[in-house]
Amino acid sequence: MIPGSFEYHRPDSVASVVALLSKLGEEARPLAGGQSLIALMKTRLASPEHLIDLSAIADLRGIREQGNDIVIGAMTTQHDLIASEMLAKHLPIIRETALVIADPQIRYKGTLGGNVANGDPGNDMPALMQCLNAAYQLIGPKGEREVLARDFYHGAYDTALQAGEIVSAIRIPKPAAGHGYGYEKLKRKIGDYATAAAAVLITMSAGTCTSASIGLTNVSETPLWAEAAGKALVGTKLDEASIATAVAAAEAITNPASDMRGPAEYRTKMAGIMLRRALERAKSRAHG
Amino acid sequence: MNKQTPIEIDRAERTEKLQGMGCKRKRVEDIRFTQGKGNYVDDLKLPGMVFGDFVRSPHAHARIISIDTTRAKALPGVIAVLTAADLKPLGLHYMPTLAGDVQAVLAEEKVLFQNQEVAFVIAKDRYIASDATELVDVVYEALPCIVDPFKSMLPDAPILREDIKDKMVGAHGPRKHANHIFEWQIGDKAATDAIFDSAEVTIKEMLVDHRTHPSPLETCQSVASFDKIKGELTLWGTFQAPHVIRTVVSLISGLPEHKIHVIAPDIGGGFGNKVGAYAGYVCSVVGSIVLGVPVKWVEDRMENLSTTSFARDYHMTTELAATKEGKILAMRVHVLADHGAFDACADPSKWPAGFMNICTGSYDIPTAHLAVDGVYTNKASGGVAYRCSFRVTEAVFAIERAVEVLAHKLGMDAAELRIKNFIKAEQFPYHSALGWEYDSGDYHTAMKKAMDTIGYAELRKEQAEKRAAFLRGETRDIMGVGISFFTEIVGAGPSKNCDILGIAMFDSAEIRIHPTGSIIARMGTKSQGQGHETTYAQIIATELGIPADDIMIEEGNTDTAPYGLGTYGSRSTPVAGAATAVAARKIKAKAQMIAAHMLEVHEGDLEWDVDRFRVKGLPEKFKTMKEIAWSAYNSPPPNMEPGLEAVNYYEPPNMTYPFGAYFCVMDIDVDTGVAKTRRFYALDDCGTRINPMIIEGQVHGGLTEAFACAMGQEIRYDETGNVMGASFMDFFLPTAVETPHWETDFTVTPSPHHPIGAKGVGESPHVGGVPCFSNAVNDAYAFLNAGHIQMPHDAWRLWKVGERLGLHN
Amino acid sequence: MAKSHITLTINGNEVEALVEPRTLLIHFLREQQNLTGAHIGCDTGHCGACTVEIDGMSVKSCMTFAIQAQGAHITTIEGVANADGTLSALQEGFRIMHGLQCGYCTPGMILRAHRLLQENPNPTEEEIRFGIAGNLCRCTGYVNIVKAIQYAAAKINGNPFLEAAQ
Repeated sequence: MIPGSFEYHRPDSVASVVALLSKLGEEARPLAGGQSLIALMKTRLASPEHLIDLSAIADLRGIREQGNDIVIGAMTTQHDLIASEMLAKHLPIIRETALVIADPQIRYKGTLGGNVANGDPGNDMPALMQCLNAAYQLIGPKGEREVLARDFYHGAYDTALQAGEIVSAIRIPKPAAGHGYGYEKLKRKIGDYATAAAAVLITMSAGTCTSASIGLTNVSETPLWAEAAGKALVGTKLDEASIATAVAAAEAITNPASDMRGPAEYRTKMAGIMLRRALERAKSRAHG
Repeated sequence: MNKQTPIEIDRAERTEKLQGMGCKRKRVEDIRFTQGKGNYVDDLKLPGMVFGDFVRSPHAHARIISIDTTRAKALPGVIAVLTAADLKPLGLHYMPTLAGDVQAVLAEEKVLFQNQEVAFVIAKDRYIASDATELVDVVYEALPCIVDPFKSMLPDAPILREDIKDKMVGAHGPRKHANHIFEWQIGDKAATDAIFDSAEVTIKEMLVDHRTHPSPLETCQSVASFDKIKGELTLWGTFQAPHVIRTVVSLISGLPEHKIHVIAPDIGGGFGNKVGAYAGYVCSVVGSIVLGVPVKWVEDRMENLSTTSFARDYHMTTELAATKEGKILAMRVHVLADHGAFDACADPSKWPAGFMNICTGSYDIPTAHLAVDGVYTNKASGGVAYRCSFRVTEAVFAIERAVEVLAHKLGMDAAELRIKNFIKAEQFPYHSALGWEYDSGDYHTAMKKAMDTIGYAELRKEQAEKRAAFLRGETRDIMGVGISFFTEIVGAGPSKNCDILGIAMFDSAEIRIHPTGSIIARMGTKSQGQGHETTYAQIIATELGIPADDIMIEEGNTDTAPYGLGTYGSRSTPVAGAATAVAARKIKAKAQMIAAHMLEVHEGDLEWDVDRFRVKGLPEKFKTMKEIAWSAYNSPPPNMEPGLEAVNYYEPPNMTYPFGAYFCVMDIDVDTGVAKTRRFYALDDCGTRINPMIIEGQVHGGLTEAFACAMGQEIRYDETGNVMGASFMDFFLPTAVETPHWETDFTVTPSPHHPIGAKGVGESPHVGGVPCFSNAVNDAYAFLNAGHIQMPHDAWRLWKVGERLGLHN
Repeated sequence: MAKSHITLTINGNEVEALVEPRTLLIHFLREQQNLTGAHIGCDTGHCGACTVEIDGMSVKSCMTFAIQAQGAHITTIEGVANADGTLSALQEGFRIMHGLQCGYCTPGMILRAHRLLQENPNPTEEEIRFGIAGNLCRCTGYVNIVKAIQYAAAKINGNPFLEAAQ
């Protein structure tokens, strides 16, 4: 219930953050919304000696259009994502996903960057970012670089983030107008991590699927981009047979933990059902 | 409706002003609670107060090889570190439990469950105390553990309780094995067995009421403050039974009761969690006695869920014998009760299995036998009565599931089977085969009202259509109709069979009217949200004709409140409510004499009219209770003691037996196992209804806890004794989103032996609710011949049922 | 551990204090500011009994450090009543509709409902239930909490409140 001691820093620029992280090394953690990190610190599963609060850095917030992309600052909260008219217009799946994360209070503080950066397999945004082919913009002592969400996750709490780096923004290519989308999450109760969840983005043309991208949440040590399952849908009418093929392909790549949400075999099957429901939803929304 | 006369209108207005019995009086407590001005234990700050925290065992079963407190003591701000070695010379390393066992306060030679208390760190503030708990070095030698109660009595089972291994006679009789606690039997075994041997139809089912925890929102906490100069202890705490705590503390500390002041302030929910004594209370007391400063102990949620008393964990082999027409002839139940490491069950002392023998339920079952074996395992100790009187949730779950299993075997409608076997209204008071005398009931009326309101016949028709559609492959949802017709046994209880540590289970009320006509009254019970400050005043207002707003109710301070056994088991209204009425009537009798004197008439010439005594036939000659109160202090009649007050210690002649008819409509998606409660209707009969608003609130709350228990709330252990589900991440507490909408209704069958006919209602919805939800789930799958499906009904468990039945192909 | 100096506004009052960085806001409010209305009900940020309002946001004060509130405007239950001391519409609604029993979840529930009604002045029942999903209650079963919030919304909007089952 009580965290261990630490020193607190609240820099006002990205450059200061990077400098501090370099100087303080492994014992320093960035503090975004804190809704995950502080929970860990209270159980003493995490005891960083330094916390670097990112909340005073205006550059890390905001949602803007940049050509064919939407760029979201890492410190943008779930609440801000839900309220954004720009996202509602171009990326409505983000709002749909944010609404099933945690609860209102946590959404006021929890950030997109915090949700994608720590490699917690339970978080919802990582699989969505993979579905959207988002790129994480990282900044560290060696400068700036981009890593695709699809390349970012190596294992549970094991990401491509190097020492001294933070995620500064997330760049998402705008899906085509008229795209179909859906995020379906099975959970024991509201606010819980997913028993299994699926993010789907499709485009249709004259009743035929022209593109499909599928992300799966919490059914492996990392989020899963179900590439084969998505490919299996392209060129089909999204009929029962092709959906069944995609579901089978998605189930095949899952490797969920058995926990109090259920045994592994249940969670694999639920990933399949969530995918099916997300596809149905996406199909009903797609124009084309 | 006829127009009211002026007298009637006047009477109605005066009655309305009283805000007495039967009205939806708004709560007194809410004024402070809605402004954040409640006084909960952790709000208390005393000068010089220090803070205690526990070092706990990571092992479920292990020898303690050594405890080194050096590093902890060296941390600046740490004042003391207590271990069993410090408590043993005071005889306090063990404390007596309410069930006749002893429980370790701090582990001495071994630990017996994960998170058991090993050391108590006392520091200047809670942050330092928390740091210090990490600096106590304990060396353990792990031992094989038992988490399956069915393995406790195997010949090669490891001995858990080495401290009592030579005592083969426990508090409740002989022990069959080192890990056995008690065997308790009631009923006619020979007659029951004979009926089963020859019955046309029998059913037998292992029904498990799984381990869970009451989990009130406020955890357990205490502040102990020992005054070395006066030799007096003041103890604030989350105590549902403050006087019992005082007596227990006196017994274990050697301080006399008049030098112990126990105060239970506002309590953030109890549900049975806060009846017994916990190591934290004892350690805060010892700490304060040793250090001479106030010591506060506040447990966190994980400690609460994994170490304070669990509930349930009853494994009930349940059998019914019946004719092929569905007349139940006998019931036979054997229970294996898992009590964890110590039997800390909070039951009246003669009842090691609580009132499990209410298990014949609402049915006229002429012959029955019940046997209960309690065993030790490497789990947290208990169990408490989680919103269920004493083991009544277990008993009612057993009978209400069993009748459905029987109905299914007979091919009979489950409501019809129940109605056929109900105790009839004319049979009350009814003597059950297992020894209870049910005070009153009209089950047929309640059931008919419920079935008509819910539209039972239409629901079964809809269900039949949906089942056919499912079999045709048109839908993946199945529909269940759950029924529960429960009879509760509450209001413990008569001294001949109910005592806590030897103190009979009466309860008390003291009422004093002040000269200017307002009242202070104190009871021996202790509300944890039930609204006693509001409802006891309503009883007094109606009895004495003083407005409820002029009546202050106090509970929880053992110096001022008369001795009581506390609030649990829905006993406040039946016992202390009765004491309140009886004390009020003593005052009223004296008031009548004073009024007669004031009006210069004979007592017999007076009649009571809402708030005054009137001379019969002379309506303009009256004295109000307020006027009488002044007179009692100003000019009492000759030879009469001045003042106007009374105390009553009420010995209930019997328990009370509220009952109800609950119906649940559920739709289950067989592919995900997710169940949705479409509708829940609860009809309760708690006798006379003091405050319908509060009754409705109690029903809503109890049903929500029932929903949680039935649908996923559990405390589990893995095979190495690690506790699972001990945080709100996994322990299922529904939010407003999952919680169904509750419909409530009622009938009124007063208790004939209670002064105001009231029976109590707080626990009925939980007792009746759990089997109703479970029956709904079981009923949904029944047409697929799934057999009995155990609780809790998590989605993944229902999915596994679907797998087993081949529904997913 | 060296303490840090913070200044912030609580219920309209300017406050200065020294805190360890690790001091949780809930402990700061309850122990250093003697504002004991917000309560602790869990360890994992699930129950919401500690909910306060910070800069127009509902925040679980057990999941934030006091030091993060530097410069912030905080409202606790002690600051919710009307300026003239009368109970706010929500406080009144909770009492009238019996939306509380033990009172432990109530301050957090009221603070959350307060922000909910700012976000959405006329919520449906479903929106209310979703809107308070971060606040657990063990006593009421939520039905009357929903009614309390509906009562308050109606009162604030000047609409007569139609009570379904009274």
